[in-house]
Amino acid sequence: MSEAKKYPAPVTNPETAAFWNAAKQGKFMIKRCTACGEAHYFPRAICPFCYSDKTVWEESSGEATIYTYSLMRKSPAGPYAIGYVTLKEGPSLQTNFVDCDLEKLKIGQKVKVVFKPTDGAPLPFFTPV
Amino acid sequence: MTIKGKAYIAGIYEHPTRHAPDKSTAQLHAEVAKGAIEDAGLSKDDVDGYFCAGDAPGGAWPMVDYLGLNTKKLRHVDSTETGGCSYIIHLGHAAEAIAAGKCSIALITLAGKPRTGAMPPRAAGAEADFEMAYGATTHNAYGMCAMRHMHDYGTTSEQLAWIKVAASHHAQYNPHAMLKDVVTVEDVLNSPMISDPLHRMDCCVVSDGGGALIVTTPEIARSLKKPLVKLIGHGEAMKGPRGGKDIDLTYSAGIWSGPRAFEEAGITPKDIKYASIYDSFTITVLMQLEDLGFCKKGEGGKFVADGNLISGVGKLPFNTDGGGLCSNHPVNRGGMTKIIEAVRQLRGEAHPKVQVKNCDLAIAHGTGGLLGVRHAASTAILERV
Repeated sequence: MSEAKKYPAPVTNPETAAFWNAAKQGKFMIKRCTACGEAHYFPRAICPFCYSDKTVWEESSGEATIYTYSLMRKSPAGPYAIGYVTLKEGPSLQTNFVDCDLEKLKIGQKVKVVFKPTDGAPLPFFTPV
Repeated sequence: MTIKGKAYIAGIYEHPTRHAPDKSTAQLHAEVAKGAIEDAGLSKDDVDGYFCAGDAPGGAWPMVDYLGLNTKKLRHVDSTETGGCSYIIHLGHAAEAIAAGKCSIALITLAGKPRTGAMPPRAAGAEADFEMAYGATTHNAYGMCAMRHMHDYGTTSEQLAWIKVAASHHAQYNPHAMLKDVVTVEDVLNSPMISDPLHRMDCCVVSDGGGALIVTTPEIARSLKKPLVKLIGHGEAMKGPRGGKDIDLTYSAGIWSGPRAFEEAGITPKDIKYASIYDSFTITVLMQLEDLGFCKKGEGGKFVADGNLISGVGKLPFNTDGGGLCSNHPVNRGGMTKIIEAVRQLRGEAHPKVQVKNCDLAIAHGTGGLLGVRHAASTAILERV
């Protein structure tokens, strides 16, 4: 396992800075629209579903299930598993699976968020529960 | 308003090269432009519309200048960039421009050298900070689709392999194809796993090269010598994760572009005699066949099995040039060659061993971007007159 893998630091911008500041506190944030009630990810200022600007930050449980994945075996930096997880709060997102046996991943498996350091804000990843 | 019958494809050219260490990307664009203009029996000074995508060095205005197009005459440009399906979208846009009288002879070019040169970088989207670190590549983005399709519908690696087998049966007759050997389902399954569940032989080739089209008015097409091929339906669409709501990686934007094209053409998938379907990976073909309505969602595996895509054998001959899986995949973009082989079939210019008899209706369909992340799709329906 390549535990020392170096991840790029998020560039961040005014729209997403609060997400990365929360990540530094170990909190995984999503956005919810108070007009239509829908949660979304990655976070936007304007709700992608109803175009309201009444979107607010909400801390996610970080609990999710694997929607799909693929184990990338041919990579100069070593194998890695990319996938989508569906959060308990609803939205699905792209991620990598870490700190586990990549050969044993399964669709439907329960995972939880874990942050990995970069030179800037930490990045969210998911690992089996 | 419709573009049905308003535009004809009068010139096609596919670059024979698959490996071009001694040529520049702009040069390849010029070579394919020249090829298509000559195929149509026109001169470069006749061109009054130019279409190119992200592979054209510098974009439209440097290319128009480099290609020496007649700027006193050129009155319409379009550099819509939607990855591999850009050129199918350009075909529709050229027809719209021609129908509106904005141009009468449109040139569309694609060329590049992913095998012997660097690919131009793509600008970052709003999602960059939230996705780039996870290393989505073509292989694993399509792998994620295949994994979920297998989970939801019981699609198997054996079924996917049949798509490569069919392409290889066609490629054996294409002297320019990179991979000319006929392969078996076992060969595909025994090839190394690249990104689960896709094996090496589920993946297309990487090749240098390019292609070009001339699209024109019915009147000009009739004044030229080539068999008449007209565009009768066109559709385009896009799909992404939509803020993470109701994710479903088992279908593509083809589910919208296909019906739009069929409705405009006034025909159904059953009427199609030949299909050019973008084959970046075997799963790409399987999902597109379902999305376009050649079979029900989830039944693509059954549909492609047992050689059903092999010309002269199965019900739906596809990619008779060998496609991206065996022949070429210029600039990692398959849309252009999909149109070119469909036109060859309609003209009766395909290799005799793979030529579909009485081929009067064909489809050329492609996607661009990453099927498992964000992508575009475009569908063109062509008729021999």
